[in-house]
Amino acid sequence: MINEFLKMNGYGLYVWSAFSFTLLSFSTLYVITKFQYVKERNKFVSKFGALDSKRAEVARSQTINREILSSNQSI
Amino acid sequence: MFKFFKPNQIFLITSKAPKYVAALFVVVISIGLLEALIFSPEDYKQSHSVRIMYVHVPAAWISLGIFSSITFLSLSGYIFKNKNFFLIAKSLAPSGFVFNIVALVTGSIWGKPTWGTWWAWDARITSMLILALFYLMYLVAWRIYEDKEYVLKITTIITILGIINVPIIKYSVDWWNTLHQPASINVLSKSSIHSSMLFPLLIMTAAFALFSLLIFLMKYNTELIKIKNKGLDRL
Repeated sequence: MINEFLKMNGYGLYVWSAFSFTLLSFSTLYVITKFQYVKERNKFVSKFGALDSKRAEVARSQTINREILSSNQSI
Repeated sequence: MFKFFKPNQIFLITSKAPKYVAALFVVVISIGLLEALIFSPEDYKQSHSVRIMYVHVPAAWISLGIFSSITFLSLSGYIFKNKNFFLIAKSLAPSGFVFNIVALVTGSIWGKPTWGTWWAWDARITSMLILALFYLMYLVAWRIYEDKEYVLKITTIITILGIINVPIIKYSVDWWNTLHQPASINVLSKSSIHSSMLFPLLIMTAAFALFSLLIFLMKYNTELIKIKNKGLDRL
């Protein structure tokens, strides 16, 4: 039964390769986008850490900066 | 009117949304894959190869939809002088491009058992390839031009030229004698596809739309952090 499902009347190779290509493309795009996000966020955190206390206070006054520091997009 | 389009306002939502969108995507794609690969019937002519439709058609629809949105956003950015529209457009492009490539490759795989060839310079396929080139030009333009004002102009011109191709893609199967079959689903008239195949197709379309939303949110957040990084340099 599993063999029948995989072979799909002789069309299995086409069907599975189309679905595999789609899922592989999705995974690649996801990994690249995630990598870029983590890279930029780490850059932000290290730049923020290098600020003196006065500048850090100014930066922290912006909501978006606080959000970036607190967010750790866990997906 | 555009106060909700300010990055500071949007980031409060976009920074939290990805995990919920990702969870919903996993649920919907799981149902979609079960429907597409197991529960949906085989076609009386194409047999099981018809299952390729469940990835090919949603990918093509969404790539066309995203390109149209990018054009609309770029033009709106110019009309309303709101740079955030350009940022949203830029963040949508990567997933649109990937969907376009998926539509081309899965179409090619489907073409082999159906038409007996991997590729044909048919009007629908060629116009989809041209759309992929417009996507590529759009993405490359954002990478190579440093001048902010110039890149906004160039990318808008690319989208305006590219959007001319969108109705050509849609109507190519009606205007020319093509290998590609005419549309089976019509919004305004009766669709020729059976509900047992329409249902999985719509589920897979919803899953693909959720995936493009997920990538958009992650990309948009990345772009905003990039801007904030430059802001820290100026402090």
